[in-house]
Amino acid sequence: MKKLLKNDGVQTFLASLLCIILGMLIGYIVLLFINPAGAGKAIMDIMRNFFNFSNPLMQLKRFGNTVAKTMPLLLCSLSILFSYKVGLFNIGVAGQYCIGVCASLYAALAWHWNWFFCMTFAIVAGAFAGMLVGLLKSLFNVNEVISGIMLNWIILYFTNMTLNKVKEVASPYTLYIDQVNPGAFLPNAGLDKLFNNNQYITIAVPIALVVTIAVYVVLNKTKLGYELRATGLNAKAAKYCGMAEKKNMILSLVISGALAGLGASLLYQTGYMRWECTSASVPAMGFNGIATAFLGGLNPIGAIFSSYFIQHITDGGSYVDKSMYCSQISDLISSIIIYLCGFVFFMKYAFNKVLNKKKEPVNNANAKTDKGGEN
Amino acid sequence: MDTPYAIEMLNITKRFPGIIANDNITLRLKKGEIHALLGENGAGKSTLMSVLFGLYQPEEGIIKKDGKEVSIKNPNDANALGIGMVHQHFKLVECFTVLDNIILGVEDTKNGLLQKKEARKKVVALSEKYGLSIDPDALIEDITVGMQQRVEILKMLYRDNEILIFDEPTAVLTPQEIDELMKIMKNLASEGKSILFISHKLAEIMKVSDRCSVLRKGAYIGTLETAKTSIEELSAMMVGRNVNFHVEKQEKAPSDVVLDVENLCVKSETHNLDAVKNVSFKVRRGEIVCIAGIDGNGQKELIESITGLTNAHSGSIKMLGKDITREKIRKRNVMGMSHIPEDRHKHGLVLDYSLEDNLILERYFEPEFTNKAGFLKRKNIRKYADRLIEEYDIRSGQGAITIARSMSGGNQQKAIIAREIDKNPELLVAVQPTRGLDVGAIEYIHKHLVEQRDADKAVLMVSYELEEVMDVSDRILVLFEGEIVGEFDPKKTTEEELGLYMAGAKRDEVKA
Repeated sequence: MKKLLKNDGVQTFLASLLCIILGMLIGYIVLLFINPAGAGKAIMDIMRNFFNFSNPLMQLKRFGNTVAKTMPLLLCSLSILFSYKVGLFNIGVAGQYCIGVCASLYAALAWHWNWFFCMTFAIVAGAFAGMLVGLLKSLFNVNEVISGIMLNWIILYFTNMTLNKVKEVASPYTLYIDQVNPGAFLPNAGLDKLFNNNQYITIAVPIALVVTIAVYVVLNKTKLGYELRATGLNAKAAKYCGMAEKKNMILSLVISGALAGLGASLLYQTGYMRWECTSASVPAMGFNGIATAFLGGLNPIGAIFSSYFIQHITDGGSYVDKSMYCSQISDLISSIIIYLCGFVFFMKYAFNKVLNKKKEPVNNANAKTDKGGEN
Repeated sequence: MDTPYAIEMLNITKRFPGIIANDNITLRLKKGEIHALLGENGAGKSTLMSVLFGLYQPEEGIIKKDGKEVSIKNPNDANALGIGMVHQHFKLVECFTVLDNIILGVEDTKNGLLQKKEARKKVVALSEKYGLSIDPDALIEDITVGMQQRVEILKMLYRDNEILIFDEPTAVLTPQEIDELMKIMKNLASEGKSILFISHKLAEIMKVSDRCSVLRKGAYIGTLETAKTSIEELSAMMVGRNVNFHVEKQEKAPSDVVLDVENLCVKSETHNLDAVKNVSFKVRRGEIVCIAGIDGNGQKELIESITGLTNAHSGSIKMLGKDITREKIRKRNVMGMSHIPEDRHKHGLVLDYSLEDNLILERYFEPEFTNKAGFLKRKNIRKYADRLIEEYDIRSGQGAITIARSMSGGNQQKAIIAREIDKNPELLVAVQPTRGLDVGAIEYIHKHLVEQRDADKAVLMVSYELEEVMDVSDRILVLFEGEIVGEFDPKKTTEEELGLYMAGAKRDEVKA
């Protein structure tokens, strides 16, 4: 038991769980202040998400929606954790995701490319945005957080401007892909059948999972991962032993950006969403990726579960009773939970402290009984 | 209660996973004495001091101050009890002035504004009383290491600390500064301060301390009156066997040139002037060339330009006849240059990597450790690490998978030595290879350096310790203000003569 509690993976899992519970508790308290009558039900509605439907087939279909939106989130959190391993905090992930949207939609709607090329274009666009941050960092020592945030805004307006050319006349939204270029949809490959013919379930799901495993393997099993982690942990030592630490920084941000760009394509090329050309901020997907990465303990496999969870409550927010709470409440509650999810490493630290304190008297007691036995 | 002891640490036991760092250790510090704490690296000296300073909580044992039991949960408690510590690596804010550093944490304020006038008076008074000359308005980054240490001492005195812990204070000082420090310590003791002095330099302990306690492998060996013992007895107690102080080596005639430095100029990192000025020298196979000099006379820049960490702006560096002045570090490594860096934490190791991952830090890309697809060959890595651990006697809690951070300084250094020497280099560049190590480890490292020389390799060493310079090298170059001011044969010179050149009092025209 003690050994189990000392295991790093188990600790991360418990800490994540604790964060989630704490987040729910605080969310609940906030709801109590606003309107005590519906607080309990509202929290339950968020956690239940698609289970709010009684029809199992409907549940399955809605479950599919959440799964479809989990994939881009998963990619964003991979993007965060990949750069984080190299010691960089790629807050530009939101912009890299945004440029991915821009690239995939523009290629699909203006140039009528097929899905594969749209997706590739989104990856290249994201990678390019990541590279800009990397170049600024390694050539001019510009902090990646600052340049990332600035770039987020530049990319947002660039995206609005570009996609303006492929938007509907009557609304601020981009054209429907199925009306212009159905070939840009990611193939369903029969996966939609598993979710009661949910059209948004595409090969995005297997792609995201394969990429996740690839990220895990690259970081932990390859020469590249060894170099990247060494650079992240001690850039000076990496330089001393002849690693090209600047090249590694740029490369990691390029990969990070590519992951975010891919994430965008995996959502927008299902037709689940359209871009609103009057958007005043970059999509929250990128920022949620930060919390998701930490909730998953900065582990690619952990990110699969954490991104599903975050997406689950984000979607669940829409089921809150709007007659009792204003419509922003769902975002508020899910963001409180997401915010708390960022505290996994603090929880782990606190957890270890308690564990070590508890352990000591036990050890002493053991030692004493041992001695007693000898006598 | 009246007791002659300022601090008593009774039956202290502190365990870490896999290691008992302190096993039932008792240490009594008398009022007004200088008490040396002697032991090899990993003997538990630092752990014991960290317990006293409140950084660790012991599992067993009690601490008494003036005969009364006290509980020290953190450094603030220690401070309140009048316990102060000068750490081996100073804890100073580089861009603050001396005065600001001294009052940091105990500043007087009035309406939220700093009141420095009183503080300045007190600091100046203290510095005069104890002979600690400093300039209160100088920035830390502008003053020498010896002066920084004085600032650390003043920090303790300013806080009215009665018990002063010095953690290996002489490791970073020049011979002259060490003498100065010894005087200061005696001064402090005669004013009634009690001093705990952690060291493994036996000569210093003999010179300055009243009593000496010895630890070995976490256990308490004994306490001796320094006046009634000898260096030999102390070292035998510390290491558990008799130590050979003198480096054994045969005569050997150097042969081909391996490293050829010509008219090298390197800019300083901190200012825009040349830190290395027109330096030329050669290192041949089968010789150990040692660069002597006081820290900060261009050694760092010279070595960095040779190893590739910085670039020289003029002049040339040739290795085995090939110009490497602008080559990448990796290229130099592959060509056969090994580098034992001065700072093992900053450059030498990725502390959060396992021991095995650190051992392959410069070879991981070789086909033995990485396959064509770019995957690491974990099995080979483990095998390689296990061999080095065995051959070079690297001790750690969990073998190859031990996190480097958790290893003792001496074993960290052994890991670096193993990595650098096992590459079978043509040129070994060793900067302060024995810094902060105990006699056992120093003996071990010197032996390996001489072995390299005997195997017909070229060795270039930088050391600030004259004794080491005299002992190990075949040829000595003295660096002063970025220039080579003298070349010596260690058999035909004396420490005094070298000292004059190091201090800039004498110089020759040298074309080495």
